[in-house]
Amino acid sequence: MRKALILSSVLLPAITAAGIAAAGSEEKPDVQTIVSKANLVAYYQGNDGKAKVNMVITDKSGNKRQREFIILRKDVKDGGDQNYFVYFHQPADVRRMTYMVNKHAQLDKDDDRWLYMPALDLVKRIAAGDKRTSFVGSDFLYEDVSGRSLEEDTHELTETTDQLYIVKNVPKKPDTVEFNYFTVAIDRKTFVPMKMEFFDKQDKLYRVIESKKVEKIQDFYTVVKSEVRDLKKESKTEMEFGNVQYNINLGDDLFTERYLRRPPREAIR
Amino acid sequence: MTRSPMGKAALLAGVLLAGLGCIDDAAGADANDGSWFKLPPIEVHGFYEMRAGYRTRKDKYAKDMSIMENRFQLDLYSYMDWGDIRVKGDFYGDLVEEQGSFDLREANVFFRPFKFMDMKIGRQILTWGTGDLIFINDLFPKDWQSYFIGRDNEYLKAPSDAVKIGLFGDWANLDIVYTPRFDPDRYIDGTRLSYWSSPMGSLAGNNAIVRTDRPDRWFGDDEIAARLYKTIKNYEVALYGYRGFWKSPGGQNAAMNQAQFPDLNVYGASVRGPVGKGIGNIEAGYYDSADDRGGKNALINNSEMRYLAGYTQEIGRDLTLGLQYYVEQMLNFHSYKRALTAGPARDKYRHLTTIRLTKLLMNQNLRLSLFAYYSPSEKDAHLRPNIHYKVNDNLSWELGGNVFFGDYPNTFFGQFQNNTNIYTGWRYSF
Repeated sequence: MRKALILSSVLLPAITAAGIAAAGSEEKPDVQTIVSKANLVAYYQGNDGKAKVNMVITDKSGNKRQREFIILRKDVKDGGDQNYFVYFHQPADVRRMTYMVNKHAQLDKDDDRWLYMPALDLVKRIAAGDKRTSFVGSDFLYEDVSGRSLEEDTHELTETTDQLYIVKNVPKKPDTVEFNYFTVAIDRKTFVPMKMEFFDKQDKLYRVIESKKVEKIQDFYTVVKSEVRDLKKESKTEMEFGNVQYNINLGDDLFTERYLRRPPREAIR
Repeated sequence: MTRSPMGKAALLAGVLLAGLGCIDDAAGADANDGSWFKLPPIEVHGFYEMRAGYRTRKDKYAKDMSIMENRFQLDLYSYMDWGDIRVKGDFYGDLVEEQGSFDLREANVFFRPFKFMDMKIGRQILTWGTGDLIFINDLFPKDWQSYFIGRDNEYLKAPSDAVKIGLFGDWANLDIVYTPRFDPDRYIDGTRLSYWSSPMGSLAGNNAIVRTDRPDRWFGDDEIAARLYKTIKNYEVALYGYRGFWKSPGGQNAAMNQAQFPDLNVYGASVRGPVGKGIGNIEAGYYDSADDRGGKNALINNSEMRYLAGYTQEIGRDLTLGLQYYVEQMLNFHSYKRALTAGPARDKYRHLTTIRLTKLLMNQNLRLSLFAYYSPSEKDAHLRPNIHYKVNDNLSWELGGNVFFGDYPNTFFGQFQNNTNIYTGWRYSF
């Protein structure tokens, strides 16, 4: 399946180009193509990447909490496995903590996660958890940050506007998630997911993720500002990506205990 | 009596801080304009903490107050082209010991001289091994006193003055830690916690502060620890070796008026990796008590085998369960028993189980946790309940306890029964 995805992403431009040339008519890609392209744009730009993330969590009463961390990513395979490295700068109580993830795209294989706590010089291996739990106490979930496997849901193209494809995604195993379905609005030109709306078991909208600002960085369309709103908790989290860089040639050995205990300097500032 | 040393420490902290403030400003300016004066940038962090705790029952040999301290930690970090420098220390004033103290936690340089090599030289915190608050092959110093009076868990680890070399290869990685002068645990010595004194055959405390004969010759009484490790198919496999001394007193002199740190060599191994939905680990170590190989001296610790198996799993949303089973086996039990002249004998096997439950609530700002040790063979237990709340990004509050149970006064946790305490603390981090 993953091979098929990669194939499609490689071949697709050629095929569509040929299609357009031949028919000269408006060719609408099928929904599988749309979601896999969007998945690559959202999570697999370049071979690797780095960003400084600033997160502001605002609760119901307006109290704000801030997170600041560096995120490094390297793809093992486009559309497939990835390695993540997160180095915290803020808040003070988690400063210098490092979090490492080997993400496995295979559905039956849990991600591997480690946490390094500098005050104790302790490398802790973390039991794989529910991916739909909060990421660092924010309104974003682990799955929002590392990507939800396309194979978890069935996809249906429900609407095509001038600018957007609207895709409805229904989980294949509804009892493993808290939503009934979610829709994604994907930019037709860039394939950047612009808005995701989650509907609960009563079909009521309760969670919205929006791409607030998109920039082209090194030829890659990149969401540099996004926001999630939890309509039930009445809280929101804004996430800004600064200093975004792609294809920086991160070594494979970065994602090992050596650098978990002591990240290279370039990786943490 | 209490004020003057504390005042001094506070003054020192103030002066140091003021000085650092200037450096920091200068560095900040330098970083911004990258101009004429090239000072290395200094990052200044730390926290201020107030912590208070009381015993829940009377202890003849210790104060009612278990902890009453103000603590200021300063963490300074700077980096040059060749490497990093870190200095981290705690100034604290404590009403239990009625004095102000400075605890230098870290003072080290770190650099990568070669592509395949890391080096860290100086005072540092060191940890390895797979146990959760149980240590077999981690023979770096622990601070048991801090651990039992309710300081933050980070203080369980006492610093080492050492050189750590990491060598990284395709085949495996090797860590070597050389400590030129023995760094013992900060063991229970009676100053703050009452304990079972085997020479006296009774509970004791500030009436019988443990006197030790600590090996302290530079390069003569040294320690060396090594770890060879590799990840094989997602399982972290490690072999360990240690040559040094029992880290807490592991023997008595013949007159039984001085505790000793007999020679100790340890060889061990561990594996950690995914098991089912969670993480499993096993670890074992052979403790070669080199001063009493035959076990004929009842005053010196027997050689031992130590075994550990553990498992951790997320059992609900933001709810984690950890379980461990640990065994200490005396290897020359019969010789020990024959040689024992007085006092209750130890059991050949000490079985210990632990459970950890952690639940996060309120956007992970509230953490409820319980860590408990229970020994079915010694019939004693130690519970560590804790509530920790992050009021905001800088301020946190916690409430916890150290509860000890035991059927006998001479077992590992049973001896601390009268030290059962509850504590609370505020911490402002910056």
